Amino acid sequence: MPEAKTTGGAASAAPAIELRGISKAFGPVQANKDISIRVMPGTIHGIIGENGAGKSTLMSILYGFYKADAGEIFIQGNRTEIPDSQAAIAAGIGMVFQHFKLVENFTVLENVVLGAEEGARLTPSLAKARQLLTELAKEYELNVDPDATIDELSVGHQQRVEILKALYRKADILILDEPTGVLTPSEADHLFRILKGLRDEGKTIILITHKLREIMEVTDTVSVMRRGEMTATVKTADTSPAELAELMVGRKVLLRVDKVPATPGEKVLDITDLGVIDEDGVERLKKISLNVRAGEILGIAGVAGNGQSELLEVLGGYRHATGSIRLNGEEIDLTGRASDGQTRRAKGISHVPEDRHKEGLILDFFAWENMIFGYHHAPEYQKNARFMDNDAIRAETEAKMARFDVRPPLPGLAAKSFSGGNQQKIVLAREIERDPDLLLVGQPTRGVDIGAIEFIHQQIVALRDKGKAILLVSVELDEILSLADRIAVMFDGRIMGERLPAETNEAELGLLMAGVTETASAA
Amino acid sequence: MDVIPKWADAILIPLISILLAFIISALVILAIGEDPVRALQLMVQGTFGNSAGIGFMLFYATNFIFTGLAVAIAFHARLFNIGGEGQATLGGLGVALVCLSLPWPHWTLALPAALIGGALFGAFWALIPAYLQAKRGSHIVITTIMFNFIASAVMVYLLVEVLKPAGSMDPASPRFPEGAHLPRMSDILGAVGIPFSDAAPVNVSFFVALLACYLFWLLVWRTRLGYEIRAYGQSESAARYAGISPTRIILITMLISGALAGAMAINNVMAAERLVLNSVEGAGFIGIAVALMGRSHPFGVLLASLLFGFLVQGGAEIDFWTNIPRELIVVIQALVILFTGALDNMVRMPLAKVFLMLRKREG
Repeated sequence: MPEAKTTGGAASAAPAIELRGISKAFGPVQANKDISIRVMPGTIHGIIGENGAGKSTLMSILYGFYKADAGEIFIQGNRTEIPDSQAAIAAGIGMVFQHFKLVENFTVLENVVLGAEEGARLTPSLAKARQLLTELAKEYELNVDPDATIDELSVGHQQRVEILKALYRKADILILDEPTGVLTPSEADHLFRILKGLRDEGKTIILITHKLREIMEVTDTVSVMRRGEMTATVKTADTSPAELAELMVGRKVLLRVDKVPATPGEKVLDITDLGVIDEDGVERLKKISLNVRAGEILGIAGVAGNGQSELLEVLGGYRHATGSIRLNGEEIDLTGRASDGQTRRAKGISHVPEDRHKEGLILDFFAWENMIFGYHHAPEYQKNARFMDNDAIRAETEAKMARFDVRPPLPGLAAKSFSGGNQQKIVLAREIERDPDLLLVGQPTRGVDIGAIEFIHQQIVALRDKGKAILLVSVELDEILSLADRIAVMFDGRIMGERLPAETNEAELGLLMAGVTETASAA
Repeated sequence: MDVIPKWADAILIPLISILLAFIISALVILAIGEDPVRALQLMVQGTFGNSAGIGFMLFYATNFIFTGLAVAIAFHARLFNIGGEGQATLGGLGVALVCLSLPWPHWTLALPAALIGGALFGAFWALIPAYLQAKRGSHIVITTIMFNFIASAVMVYLLVEVLKPAGSMDPASPRFPEGAHLPRMSDILGAVGIPFSDAAPVNVSFFVALLACYLFWLLVWRTRLGYEIRAYGQSESAARYAGISPTRIILITMLISGALAGAMAINNVMAAERLVLNSVEGAGFIGIAVALMGRSHPFGVLLASLLFGFLVQGGAEIDFWTNIPRELIVVIQALVILFTGALDNMVRMPLAKVFLMLRKREG
């Protein structure tokens, strides 16, 4: 075990948090192995590692959700027992979870004081909270309307409420678990400004993430975890993304996608004047026209919620639309009986949906049941007219899992038991192996670890090189820039313009994503 | 990772729940000054002490298997069909109409026909709430409850005004023809030389119920339809992505559910050999408890049905031989339902902790 190094900050002060020899096992799985770490006060400390590396377990121990099998915790130099989250709060630790724990129909104020009310009457607590909120808003750009209910707020604002909750409880140490997973680039930048402000006021921040860019941008020191062990703790200034990636994965990783220039062929997908009005009467797509050719990846860039999801849903066959879509020259039914997912699949459209938990997978189904999801009517999966051929499906799943390096390669395991990256590989294996003419891909690497990202990108490029058309939707600009052969930017249900990756840059795309065009908007 | 192993989830939790229900029942019996040990002895002896007791238990269990499966199939699509009672009531009407319509020459012809009649009527009664749910978003719990009341009122009207033979004082249909009488367990087992009491109404329908369990299992875990039903039940958004029509699944699942509940009538109505008022006697509601306790799996439903068959039969014995009032039997049944259904987590959570501790000690 390498010895924990001192992590920056004032050398004389006691570390804000010190963990010594923390170990935790779940059955045969050693989630944390003899972990020691020191985080100095007034610093932002990153913890980076692939999914399943043990980051969340470690933080859950610090927050009192799990009890460590061995090891000690020191807060501000004092040995502290943290049996539950109440004790963690008392010790000055605040946690912002990946999935927010807010009451949707309560106001911001009510959420902030919830569980920390002083006495039976709410009014004094609310007044106090309101005053604090005003101060914090001024100090750290933590602006949220205190009287708005949570369901009126954007995700970024909801996250600020979580931070405010922790600060209201006088947290000196703030732990954020994958905070940018749900944020747009500008929201993420705003969050980082807030975090830096808090650090400058002397708060200690632990940032758990698997995104190298964030680590490089915002942290002072960074610890890398791999398979339950802390493999290194370094000053961020002394390291590089490539080195961190190698430490995380245990081997060299390609951070750029390796691909040859595209050789586009015939138009596979031709969209003209596509319009969608949703259930609430809001116009989500405003007469969009696009095309994707064979052997080409069209990347759709844009901040989440600007119509990309609706576009994928229409193409996937589960949202009605107006206008026209042609696939290989053949008109597709957009409203009638044939506008369903089964028909689309039969026509050669495969779809890796944006949200694998809500759409792409049935989490309680086995891997082999998920491997035919959407294609369960295909003749090769039927034993006879009545029954499905479960043995054949299992065998085929095993082969696909091997080809897509799904770990563990067990068809009889429930989808929920796989890590995010492996879940995504299951979906990808299912859709790509159908050898579709058109592949729709939404957020292919959301919540996926670095090793798997590389693999997923390679698979998508390989399908392109087979001469298939690919429509890629991603909110990660890096991903669009490195994968796409042509980029269309969406804003407010419109296509703001098309660019070639070689002839554009993040700044120009960023402006388009915000709805700003110097030239008149294209097609 | 699931904390509780599968075997414990399927066997240990129900057993502990039943045990808790019995302990509290014992306390209640003590509180009214009776002897709980004697009560339990009576229940066991009255059920397993002679073949008639077993026969009655199996007869009740047959009803519960049908209604339990009906609720279970709906559970797989995450639909809560509380209308088993009404669907079984209508199933009774279907069975009675079939049995009375022809001078059936032999039960082997009457049984399949009556089964179809009962299933069709039950399915019809489930179709309307299903349609309202699928097309109009009316909550199926509310509509199926209301349809129970409508079914009961329809039955009173039909028995009093239409089906009752002229001059009869009894709100019941005429007796079914001889050819529509089902062979009882005593006839079936007697044919192979095993003596069985002919006092109990258990009949060939029990085997139909067992067959239904097997077909249920095939449907849910071996067919495309079952796959789609389970997929829809687990995640409606994923089902839509996969091109599975929610409307279609809701309608088909509820039709199967109603048909299963309606099919129950081949047991209770054909054994009674005429249609009477309130022939279902709450079996539709017990089906909910049976499905919950059986974890919506046909084997679990079978075991839970036998348990509730035992409770009903044992309860009748207590009522007969002691001063413990009949209502207390209902209390015991209610406690079993409460513990196995509603208070599932009360047992599950501590048990999860125990398993976690055991695992830690190993590791």
